[in-house]
Amino acid sequence: MSNVIKMILKRLGLGVLTLLLLSLLIFLSVEALPGDLAETILGQQATPENVAAIRKELGLDLPAHTRYLNWLGGMLQGDFGNSLALKKPISGLIAPRLQNTLFLTLYTACIAVPLALILGMAASLFRNGYFDRISNATALSAISMPEFFIGYIMIYFFALSGYFPSMANINPNTAFIDKLYVCFLPALTLTLCVTAHMMRMTRAAIINVLALPYIEMANLKGVKPRRVIVHHALPNAIAPIVNVVALNLAYLITGVVIVEIVFVFPGLGQLMVDGVKFRDVPVVQATALIFASAYVGLNLLADIISTITNPRLMRQR
Amino acid sequence: MAYLLTLLWIIVAVLVSLGAGWCFRAFLISVSSQNMAKVFRTAPLTASFGLLVIAIYTSCAVFAPLIAPYGEAEILSYGFEPWSSDYWLGTDNLGRDVFTRLIYGARNTVGIAFLITALAFIFGTIIGIYTALKGGFIDQLLSRLIDVLMAIPSLIFSLLMLTIFGTNVISLVLVIATIDSTRVFRIARAVALNIVQLDYIEAAKLRGENTLYLIIREILPNALAPLAAEFGLRFCFVFLMISALSFMGLGLQPPSADWGSMVRDNADLISFGDITPLIPAGAIALLTIAVNFVVDWMLHRASGLKD
Repeated sequence: MSNVIKMILKRLGLGVLTLLLLSLLIFLSVEALPGDLAETILGQQATPENVAAIRKELGLDLPAHTRYLNWLGGMLQGDFGNSLALKKPISGLIAPRLQNTLFLTLYTACIAVPLALILGMAASLFRNGYFDRISNATALSAISMPEFFIGYIMIYFFALSGYFPSMANINPNTAFIDKLYVCFLPALTLTLCVTAHMMRMTRAAIINVLALPYIEMANLKGVKPRRVIVHHALPNAIAPIVNVVALNLAYLITGVVIVEIVFVFPGLGQLMVDGVKFRDVPVVQATALIFASAYVGLNLLADIISTITNPRLMRQR
Repeated sequence: MAYLLTLLWIIVAVLVSLGAGWCFRAFLISVSSQNMAKVFRTAPLTASFGLLVIAIYTSCAVFAPLIAPYGEAEILSYGFEPWSSDYWLGTDNLGRDVFTRLIYGARNTVGIAFLITALAFIFGTIIGIYTALKGGFIDQLLSRLIDVLMAIPSLIFSLLMLTIFGTNVISLVLVIATIDSTRVFRIARAVALNIVQLDYIEAAKLRGENTLYLIIREILPNALAPLAAEFGLRFCFVFLMISALSFMGLGLQPPSADWGSMVRDNADLISFGDITPLIPAGAIALLTIAVNFVVDWMLHRASGLKD
C-alpha cells in the first residue's frame, strides 16, 4: 500500500512542479512585453514622473523575483490583482464567472460521459457492422466541426422553434431548474464536441481488450456477447477509458471558451477573451492560470486513477 | 416534419458526395500514370471525396480573383441583403458580397493555416531530429521544457501570447506556429529516435558527414511517411484554431475576408432563420472533414491494416 501512496505523492509533486513552471512562464511572458504596464495604463499621459509614481504603486520598481513571489502568493490566497480595463479587483470578477463555467462543464460531463460510454460499448459490441460504421463516420465528422458551427446549428434548430433560449443568460439568482433549462443548448453543443472523441477512444480501448486470449476463452465457453463486454472486457478497459474521460474533460476547457461566446454565457472564457481584446494583462494572466491548473489537475487525476486501477502499472513504477 | 426533412437532406447530401467521390476517383484513375492509378483504385469513397474537396478549395484559393464576381472588400449595397441573382448569397453586415468573401476566405484562412502548419513543421522537425541525433543534455532540457509548454491547452496559451504581442497577422502566424511546433517536435523526435539507432546513420557519421546532411539526407526521407499523415492532422488543428480565434475577433483583422469572422459578423441573421452565416462555418467543417478522410486513408495504407 505504501507503494501506492509513494507513487501518488510522486505524481502530485510532478504536477505541482509543472504548475510552478507554468506560473513562472505566464509571469515571464508578461515581463517580455515591450514597454511596461505603467506606460500601458497611462497611455498619452506617460510623463516620467507619472510613470514612476504608477510603477511604485504597482510595485513594478521591485526586482522581478520579489514581484513573482508576491504575485504567486496573491494568486494562492485568491488575490488576483486589479483589472486594468475595469479598474476593479479581478477576484470579484472571476468568482461568479468561475462558478458559471464550472456549472456548465459539470452539466456537460453529466450528459456526455454516460452517453459516450454507452455508445462506445455499443459500437464495440456491433463492431464492423452498420451501427459501428455510421457512428464512426459521424464521430469523425463531429470532431472536425468547429465548436461555433455546432453551436449555431443548435440555435438554428432548437432556439428558432422556441423550445430553448438562444442566449444562456444566467445570474446568481437564477433557480437551479431554470439554469438547467437555459444552459441546455450550450451543454448540448459541448456534449456533441466531446462525445465523439470519447466514444471512439472507448471503442478502441474495449476492442484492444477483446483481442486478448481470456476473452476468446469466455467466448468459447459460450458466454453471451453482451456479458463478455460488460463483465469481462470492461473492468480491464477502465484505465484507458478513465484516461480518455479526463483528457476530454480537459479538452472541454478550450471548447467552453468558444461556446460561451456563441451563447453569450457569462463565464470565465468570455472574461478571458475580453481581456485579450483590451490587452488587460492581469485578467488574462489570472484566467490563463486557472484554465491551465484545471487542465494539469485533470491530467494528473487521469494518470493517478489509471495507475490505481491497473495493478501491473503500479508494480512497475 | 421539419426535422425529418432535414434528415432527408442530410442523406441526400451524403449520397451525392459519395457519388461525386466515385466520379472523381474514376477521373483520377483515368488521368494518372499506371502506378498512381493503382494507388487511387484502393482509395475508399470517403478518401476520394476528401481529395475532391481539397482540389476544389485549392483552386478557389488560387484563382480567387477570377472566380469572385466582386472585389474582396468592395461595399456594394445596404447591409444584409437577401439572396438574389446579383448577390448569390446576399450581402453581409456592411453590404459586401458574401459569395465573394467566401471565395477570398478560402485564400486567406486556408492559406494562413497552411503557412502556419508548414512553419511549425520546419521548426519542429528540424529541432526534433536534431535533439534525437545529439541526445544528452540538450535533449533532456528541450524535452522537459516542451512537456511544460504542452501542459497548457493550446488555445489558452495562444490567447495569452496574443495579449502580449497584439492581434495582427504576423504575431498570429508566429505564435500559433511556435505553439504547434512543440507538438511536431514531440513526434519528430520520437520517429527520429528509432531511426538514429540504425546502422546506416552510424556509417554516415563515420564518413564524417555534418549534422545538417544527416538530418536532411539521411533521417528526414525515412521519417517522411508518419510526418506526412501528421501534417494533415496538424493542419486540421491549426485551421480550426485560426477559425476559432477569428470567430472571437482575435484572428485575421478586417477588411480581409475570413470564414471565422464572417460567421461572427453575420451571426444575428440566424435568429431570423437565415442560414447564410452557417455557410462559412460549414466550409470550415467540410475542409476539416475532407482532410481527415484523406489522412485516415493514408494512415490505413501506411499501417498495412487490411481488416
